[in-house]
Amino acid sequence: MEIDENKEYIYDSYQLDCDEGKIIEQMKASTKKSIPDPADWIDADLKRNIVLTSLDWVIDWARRSSLWTAICYPACCGMEWMATLAPRFDGSRFGMEIMRASPRQADLLITAGTLTWKMAPNVRRIYNQMAEPKWVIAMGACGISGGIFRSGYNVVPGYNKIIPVDVYVPGCPPRPEALLYGIQQLQKKIGRAKAVPDLSELPNPLNELPNPLKKDKKK
Amino acid sequence: MTTALSAKEIVSKLSAEFPDAVKEAGADSVLVKSASLPAVTEYLKTADGLKFDYINYITAIDYYDYFEVVYMMTSTEYNRSVTLKTRCETRNRPTVPSLAGIYQGADWQEREVYDLMGITFKGHPNMKRVFLWEGFDGHPLRKDWNK
Amino acid sequence: MTTTQEISLQTEPFVLNMGPLHPSTHGVYRMRVTLDGEVVLDIEPMFGYLHRGIEKLMEERTYTGCIPLTDRLDYASAMGNNLAYCVAVEKLAKIRVPERGEYIRVITAEMIRIANHCLAVGSMLNDAGALGTPFFYLWNEREKLYDLFEMLCGQRVLHNYIRIGGVSQDLPDEFLPALEKFVPQLHKFINEFEFFLKQNEILIARAQGVGVLPKDVALNCGISGPLARASGIKRDLRKDDPYSVYDRFEFDIPTAENGDCYDRYRVRMEEMKQSLHIIDQAIKKVPGGPFRAKVPQIIRPPAGEAYGHIEGPKGELGFYLVSDNSIAPYRCHIRSTSFINLTALRQMVKGWKIADLIVIFGSIDITMGEVDR
Ligand code: SF4
Repeated sequence: MEIDENKEYIYDSYQLDCDEGKIIEQMKASTKKSIPDPADWIDADLKRNIVLTSLDWVIDWARRSSLWTAICYPACCGMEWMATLAPRFDGSRFGMEIMRASPRQADLLITAGTLTWKMAPNVRRIYNQMAEPKWVIAMGACGISGGIFRSGYNVVPGYNKIIPVDVYVPGCPPRPEALLYGIQQLQKKIGRAKAVPDLSELPNPLNELPNPLKKDKKK
Repeated sequence: MTTALSAKEIVSKLSAEFPDAVKEAGADSVLVKSASLPAVTEYLKTADGLKFDYINYITAIDYYDYFEVVYMMTSTEYNRSVTLKTRCETRNRPTVPSLAGIYQGADWQEREVYDLMGITFKGHPNMKRVFLWEGFDGHPLRKDWNK
Repeated sequence: MTTTQEISLQTEPFVLNMGPLHPSTHGVYRMRVTLDGEVVLDIEPMFGYLHRGIEKLMEERTYTGCIPLTDRLDYASAMGNNLAYCVAVEKLAKIRVPERGEYIRVITAEMIRIANHCLAVGSMLNDAGALGTPFFYLWNEREKLYDLFEMLCGQRVLHNYIRIGGVSQDLPDEFLPALEKFVPQLHKFINEFEFFLKQNEILIARAQGVGVLPKDVALNCGISGPLARASGIKRDLRKDDPYSVYDRFEFDIPTAENGDCYDRYRVRMEEMKQSLHIIDQAIKKVPGGPFRAKVPQIIRPPAGEAYGHIEGPKGELGFYLVSDNSIAPYRCHIRSTSFINLTALRQMVKGWKIADLIVIFGSIDITMGEVDR
């Protein structure tokens, strides 16, 4: 939100509601197309990178092995998500038993439930608050496409209208096994990412400089 | 077993107090004039032998020609229930008196009806939308509402 | 009760926004809390963050096609919603359910009541500060119930099992023995669990006397279910307006007097025991015969209206259906328990600290899917 210096920021609650309504309408008008899978548009960047195997591997290993989730469980899929973290399915085997109420401390957003237009600005905000690098798993039919409620008047047809989604887990609700499988897929995806940029392909200012070593050889 | 108070019984009880409140008596529901609705409910809630102290639900139905608002009350003491109905004929800003002062449970349910059906409850302390946001176009549960 | 006078440090009232995504709001519930220091002066609940328009969607589907939608209302107790909807449709279309179907319904409805209370008590304790442990203990039991449901209908959470005129499929052979074995286990667990928490200082300090809901207020707000029974309203539709075959079973209605959070917890624990008692009786009596009346997939109930309600795990859950003799309901109104039970929240929390607000809220036991519909 931009802060206007000349405006008075004292509201009555009705005014607040109206403002919220405006934000929702804006978001509704501005989100016509789905946001593509992040791998698609990040890849162009990543292609310039070399395989600095060990360093990349260590960084990716660190990233994928302790995915902390931000809370976002609007609806029924949340039940299965809780079951995933509960003793039987034990999400802590994957280093992700910790739920973070503050999105600042999380790097994974599991969107367990139907997204409504009224909720959409909040989810976008949570996503924006999360620190990079961050990933999103869309859980359940509703998260993917709106599912059974797709024709509803207040339902966003899929989270990828609002935020980029990495992995989609189908089901209504997906079983905990399915969610765990989705998390493993995400971990694989993280494992493929190159964290360290390839210097040889980047325009390297060092190349332009006279190389003292070469000079030495000439002598 | 909660027995529904038959319309006849209610009409006979009401006709003494409110001679022209009842418009029509259905099988197990009574159609009340909207103006006398608060008085009738107040009476049903407090009168001896009736004591309908628990409100089950408030809802509204769109019949194109008119809106019907339905109230169901139960008496926990005598284990009996009663269904009241009232109508508003206009489609443009239909209004019904509010029961929020009599039953606190009516408060949010009336707001819900207002939000989804567009019926204003007169005398309600806080007639705002509940589920949808301010600025939402129209009232979705109306039959002629279209996305 | 804490009042503002007790506080030496006078502060200006300020407004705090809580939710819609807050770890203790059990979904996407939002309130504007007006605080004076730590003391709650007023709250303004706001809903709609999960408003999916189920009532509108129901108008476009056949009567049978609506059943999956009812699952998604109160997803913590999906079977109860199926039952309430089917009871309403059967009332509308005057369909009689065969004996076996009724018994299966009773068994499953009581199982889901236990499952729901496991979650309700667990999350209330979670909110009260016992983070994790009791919740996971109870969740384990819920898992076991999930297993039984899966055996029954192939789904863990949203069962879609009860159909108009009966249930969707017969009990598998291994179901009743498995349930029979499970009931004493669960009974033992509940006793054990109660023993752990009986004299628990923290629970008593956080819950006893907190968030009192007086009887008259509860009645006036239309509160039902364990919340009302904890305030001393002895009303249970299983006894007062028996549906299905509940009039054939022996069970008590646990009530309490104080109407505080602790009583709500106790009533729920007692109710779980009573449910087990009902299941015990029902297993022994399940008759043979068809499990479902011969009802076509697409029904056209005669024009008219009906209100069917059941005592769901959270309270009175009702469906008001209007039919115009077509294949889809003309109008379907859902009397959602959680929505109406929340009405009393404002009275309960006024004057308490913000930490108590969380416990009081947790003790109401709501599901946002049902509140917003
Ligand atoms: S996908 Fe199914 S279970 Fe998940 S939120 Fe949507 S309706 Fe609920």
